[in-house]
Amino acid sequence: MRPMAQVAMVMNLDKCIGCHTCSVTCKQTWTNRPGTEYVYFNNVETKPGIGYPRRYEDQERWKGGWTLDRKGRLQLKAGGRLLKLLSIFYNPNLPSIDDYGDPWTYDYQTVVNAPLGTQNPSVHSISALTGRDMKLRWGSNWDDDLAGAPETAPSDPNLAGLEDRVKMEFEQVFMFYLPRICEHCLNPSCVASCPSGAMYKRSEDGIVLVDEDRCRGWRFCVSGCPYKKVYFNHRTGKAEKCTLCFPRIEEGQPTICSETCVGRLRYLGLFLYDADKVTEAAATPDEQDLYEAQLSVFLDPSDPEVQAEAAKAGIPADWVEAAQRSPVYALAVRHRVALPLHPEYRTLPMVWYIPPLSPVADVAHAAGYEHGDPDRVFATIDDLRIPIEYLANLFTAGKTETVRDVLRKLAAVRAVMRAGQLGLDLDEDLPASVGATADELDDLYRLIAIGKYEDRYVVPKAHAEDAGRLMAQHEQLFCSLDGEGGPGMGGNGPPSVESFHPGRTPNTAAGGGTFRADDGRTRFNLLGWNGRGDAPHLFPEVPEVPEADGS
Amino acid sequence: MSSFELWWWVILPYAAMVVFVVGHIWRWRYDQFGWTSRSTQLQERRLLKWGAPLFHYSAFAAIAGHVIGILIPRSFTEWLGIPERAYTLFSGIAGSVAAIGVLIGAGILIFRRMGVPRVRATTSGVDYLALILLGVISLLGIYLTLGVQEFGSGYDYRTTVSVWFRSLFAGTPDYKAIGDAPVMYQVHATAAWMIFAVWPFSRLVHAWSYPLWYLWRPYVVYRDRRAGPPPEPGTGGRRWRKIGVPY
Repeated sequence: MRPMAQVAMVMNLDKCIGCHTCSVTCKQTWTNRPGTEYVYFNNVETKPGIGYPRRYEDQERWKGGWTLDRKGRLQLKAGGRLLKLLSIFYNPNLPSIDDYGDPWTYDYQTVVNAPLGTQNPSVHSISALTGRDMKLRWGSNWDDDLAGAPETAPSDPNLAGLEDRVKMEFEQVFMFYLPRICEHCLNPSCVASCPSGAMYKRSEDGIVLVDEDRCRGWRFCVSGCPYKKVYFNHRTGKAEKCTLCFPRIEEGQPTICSETCVGRLRYLGLFLYDADKVTEAAATPDEQDLYEAQLSVFLDPSDPEVQAEAAKAGIPADWVEAAQRSPVYALAVRHRVALPLHPEYRTLPMVWYIPPLSPVADVAHAAGYEHGDPDRVFATIDDLRIPIEYLANLFTAGKTETVRDVLRKLAAVRAVMRAGQLGLDLDEDLPASVGATADELDDLYRLIAIGKYEDRYVVPKAHAEDAGRLMAQHEQLFCSLDGEGGPGMGGNGPPSVESFHPGRTPNTAAGGGTFRADDGRTRFNLLGWNGRGDAPHLFPEVPEVPEADGS
Repeated sequence: MSSFELWWWVILPYAAMVVFVVGHIWRWRYDQFGWTSRSTQLQERRLLKWGAPLFHYSAFAAIAGHVIGILIPRSFTEWLGIPERAYTLFSGIAGSVAAIGVLIGAGILIFRRMGVPRVRATTSGVDYLALILLGVISLLGIYLTLGVQEFGSGYDYRTTVSVWFRSLFAGTPDYKAIGDAPVMYQVHATAAWMIFAVWPFSRLVHAWSYPLWYLWRPYVVYRDRRAGPPPEPGTGGRRWRKIGVPY
């Protein structure tokens, strides 16, 4: 046994309202720079839908992830190492920027400077790549809310085999949102595809990162990732990807997409897993067994033997303790309601999803079933083959029983709570029929329906005690005040200590801080603010109006 | 020796060599972030599919041909027992194939870089400089291979250009040898020295990063987050820094 820790995420898709707040805050934090206009480390897709980039789930086209060779050994789907080196001058599996959406902006000045007139001025769309006028044909979220779905959605790869039975008619359609970030896989094919060795998985927390100094722009990571969550910065010529907001995670804070999630559907916590078993699990012969195989890799942090091994492997005690309270471990392993996205890519992804019951229940309702009655909903879940098969194509490589079990359990939680609220009689056998006890269903209810901040995000701080000692030694060699904008360089220096230390725990201080903006005004820094404390200088102070003369 | 000869056949080659070596050390230490192939496949893939592999593989062949023709003395191939006719025949055919490959490949790539607005927008000044030098070298190389060696009168560069080139490395520059060569050979050689001087400051540095190491590396790379001692001035690590940048 070789225990390692992994920061992982679970998203409860029932709660996603498709507001894109996660995408916006992520973009503001990480990718609002030239070269990354088209890049969304976090994006929200409408499903059924074609995805971002277009049809990224079609691995017969893009060759992302792993496959098994004839002898059953794990192999990159895009081919071996020699083939990669030979095709380095042209990567046949790289999506074009048109598949993501050619980024554009508008010449807003036209509107700003328009002369007074009766007609409203309009703006031209301008390509961010060339600076020329362009015609808009596709964008990163072109099919939001099933827009244009009759044309595009049938080419959703997850609908393979269901085409003849799926109707894109308003009354019969089912849809849900799928927020996606980097999966920070246990067996990352992007890392394996990088010829320069610039991509790596951090051994402490499992976050997958790109070393920008070692990246040489060979772009095989982009095509190697089956989720297409590594991007090519067209200005710098380097790969970039979701960092799981590691500066926040190291400080024990949730990622910015989780922090700002309106539906509060994201959970962050630790998994302990056995690194020795990863390759074996990823090489499971039957795709439909990969979900169970991945579960078998995880270690129970309450097991004394695991704890002893973790201590030997150098995992700090507070991390093991955090792993015991981990909401993601509870949802994925204890309750078995969270499922991995596309386990058939064999990367062992670590962002898991609770499949949505609502679209199924909606279709059940439209079909005339009363969805307050659990028996009826169960019957409907069994009847409604298309949504179930679709979800199975997303989360279990097509194994419908697993999805059905999860949905039944979620329906049972609803039934139990409904009976409790309305004082109805409840079938004693209901919890057992979904493979749970009444207490477990209650626990699940607390986790997914109540889900307080402290319960959703259990992120232990990184241990950086040694780094501090080393930095102290380093700091003697230069004056920290001489940095850009520091007093030694003629500036005013940092306005407050807080702005340099994002490490406030959310409950003890407001976080945030202030900074001096270009216009000379002191402004409040929303980044790092927990939303509870004061926010001085958030709005401009209203200057006192001198009273007019009475005359 | 005239000052003309001194400048073109002695000073320029040695200056180019120094700039090449020092420039690379400086770029490696100072600009790891800028050290990239700067691929534009994201923006345009249809032309690149044919142009890039054709150009690169033909350029490899051309470089290999130069190694054989310039670095290996005529006496060595004669000592091996390779008759002059066989050598000329081989170099003529292989050289012509490489030359035609470079011609078509570079033609597609230059058309792509100039004609496709998305690609053109990514092109920097030093890219144009490198492109022009490469164009001059390639066109002259093709002319010399096809026009002179293959279908022209032929010229034995191995007794002039090659002798001069090797003498530079021996420290006794034989400027007379190159002075006797036809002017097209002289321009070709001069442009080659100039591109060596431009090399470390252009995207051509990606040639040294061809990731052969990938063949032996374990697939999944792990790295520790734990901080090591930070690099300090005078204690190793990066000693070259942009002026004015705090440590």
